[in-house]
Amino acid sequence: MSKTLFDKVWDSHVVQHIDNGPDVLFIDRHLVHEVTSPVAFLGLKNRGIKVLYPERTFATADHNTPTINQHLPVQDPLSANQLKALEENATAYNIPYWGLGHKKNGIVHVIGPENGITVPGATIVCGDSHTSTHGAFGAIAFGIGTSEVEMVLSTQCIMQPKPKKMRININGGLNKAVTPKDVALFIISKLTTSGATGYFVEYAGDVFKNMSMEGRMTVCNLSIEMGARGGMIAPDEKTFEYIKGREYTPKGADWDKAMEYWKTLYSDSDAVFDKELTFTANEIEPMITYGTNPGMGMGIKNDIPLAEAVEGGVATYKKSLEYMAFHEGEAMIGKPIDFVFLGSCTNGRIEDFRAFASIVKGRKKADNVTAWLVPGSHQVEEAIKEEGILDILQDAGFELREPGCSACLAMNDDKVPAGKYAVSTSNRNFEGRQGPGARTLLASPLVAAAAAVTGKVTDPRELMEEIYA
Amino acid sequence: MAYDKFSILKSSAVPMPIENVDTDQIIPARFLKATERKGFGDNLFRDWRYNSDGTPKEHFVLNNPIYSGKILVGGKNFGSGSSREHAAWAVYDYGFRCVVSSFFADIFRNNCLNVGVLPVQVTPEFLDQIFKAIEADPNTELEVNLPEQTITILATGEKESFDINDYKKGNMLNGFDDIDYLLNIKEGIQTFAENTPL
Repeated sequence: MSKTLFDKVWDSHVVQHIDNGPDVLFIDRHLVHEVTSPVAFLGLKNRGIKVLYPERTFATADHNTPTINQHLPVQDPLSANQLKALEENATAYNIPYWGLGHKKNGIVHVIGPENGITVPGATIVCGDSHTSTHGAFGAIAFGIGTSEVEMVLSTQCIMQPKPKKMRININGGLNKAVTPKDVALFIISKLTTSGATGYFVEYAGDVFKNMSMEGRMTVCNLSIEMGARGGMIAPDEKTFEYIKGREYTPKGADWDKAMEYWKTLYSDSDAVFDKELTFTANEIEPMITYGTNPGMGMGIKNDIPLAEAVEGGVATYKKSLEYMAFHEGEAMIGKPIDFVFLGSCTNGRIEDFRAFASIVKGRKKADNVTAWLVPGSHQVEEAIKEEGILDILQDAGFELREPGCSACLAMNDDKVPAGKYAVSTSNRNFEGRQGPGARTLLASPLVAAAAAVTGKVTDPRELMEEIYA
Repeated sequence: MAYDKFSILKSSAVPMPIENVDTDQIIPARFLKATERKGFGDNLFRDWRYNSDGTPKEHFVLNNPIYSGKILVGGKNFGSGSSREHAAWAVYDYGFRCVVSSFFADIFRNNCLNVGVLPVQVTPEFLDQIFKAIEADPNTELEVNLPEQTITILATGEKESFDINDYKKGNMLNGFDDIDYLLNIKEGIQTFAENTPL
């Protein structure tokens, strides 16, 4: 029978199917961080059981860590306690742990692929909704709750009904200054934040085929923002090239055997999806959000939609604009901003820093802007230095911070103050997401860079050289 | 963690007719620093519920004494965003045992089922009827009947059935959790793992 990419990976991991119930799904690799794991470890302790496969489990500290002075003790006692708990649990259960200061430390969804933990055809979970990132490699990867973290620690399985399947096709070439982030924000703006709930998405077509692995990670990362549990892209030569030789990928004969299997991971030509959507690449413009969920996005040169033109509740829409202190029909271009955040599991990779640097090169940070530039990992940080990007950033008046989730969810001190506007390359513009009362505009690294040097919402195309002229 | 059994719940309800209530609103990230599961109810809807100086926001529904009960009724796409189970813990810890909406985000729904909060998905029309009934009389009682899979507005008798798979229904009725089930089939899992290389 014809199968989709998703079917192939899912079906091969079903330990048991329960009629009118979930599948028992075997999990190949489990990523653990400090915030959603302590109660799961406590559960293990209370039941008197061990971690079944510590060698399939990897732990890092990222959500709750400072992004300056990481060599000093963590100041906030609650954060310090949570970090200590993870370290103790990892040690007690023999789990590899890459804490603060470790050279492999970084955001969980950045370091997974960097170290070859993420491979095609694998099932990967983590107590974090942006686990969908790893789908870029043709893995089934999704976020789970703490009860499920406990299940995976204790039995390497979770119980999930099989989701429905959706394919999103985008063909053609992308417009100038349109990045993978814009592609994702465009899709979410079309689907809304619940448009893919209940589905697992496969991205297909020229746009994704031509995208770098970093770009594919950005797109898959944002799958959850349209409600999908995860998104995936069929692995190809680019995928294999990226993972080859990384620490946890198979080597020698195991690699050859794995490659044989990985090359079968694509949706059969007559495979059937429960839903299929098609867009064309040239519809997509550099995007920005104006509201309090990631679906409230539009081309940067557009005006904020009128409430009557919006699907869904008018009251909810108006409440959202009120929080942002924006008005229906207004332009976003030219709006003054206060903060810029470059980073997160969405846009904290080397390619994102390259894009940001391409705009700020030879310019200066605007005086009214506080900029937080936070690499996704120490490996990204190293690459920023090696490629000379740090010099460009520093010449333009920017500083580089140390790796972590940082202002994406503002669990640490990187909080945007109430009422201030931040152009952020992260993934959520919910009320208070970047600090109580903070107002977030989601955008690509190019749009963030343009805002950082002009101090206002600016179309990055105006700052880009006409290399095709 | 096992939880109380759920069978038939008769209670007044707290209305929150807002769409896309995300888990950052249900429990903001800065309250996720605990290493134990306790006290999350105090910070349920923290930034909607309290001013920055800690005083209650008068107009927020949880601060309005005329609304109470073990059922929370929310707008479409309830629980979107982060996978934090802390959101479901906060809902439970505050005293809710059931959340009603016309649409739930996936992970939140799962998390609720895993901690003993029953998510009841109704049609948009029925949701509207519930909101209207509560608006007319804040003491309006709803009956959520898990064995029968129905929800009823007791004052009017309006009733709708809801979906839940048999497995999860059994768990909720008995207060079982998935780990109990998985530990029972551990040998089968280990055999499967042996044939699944890293």
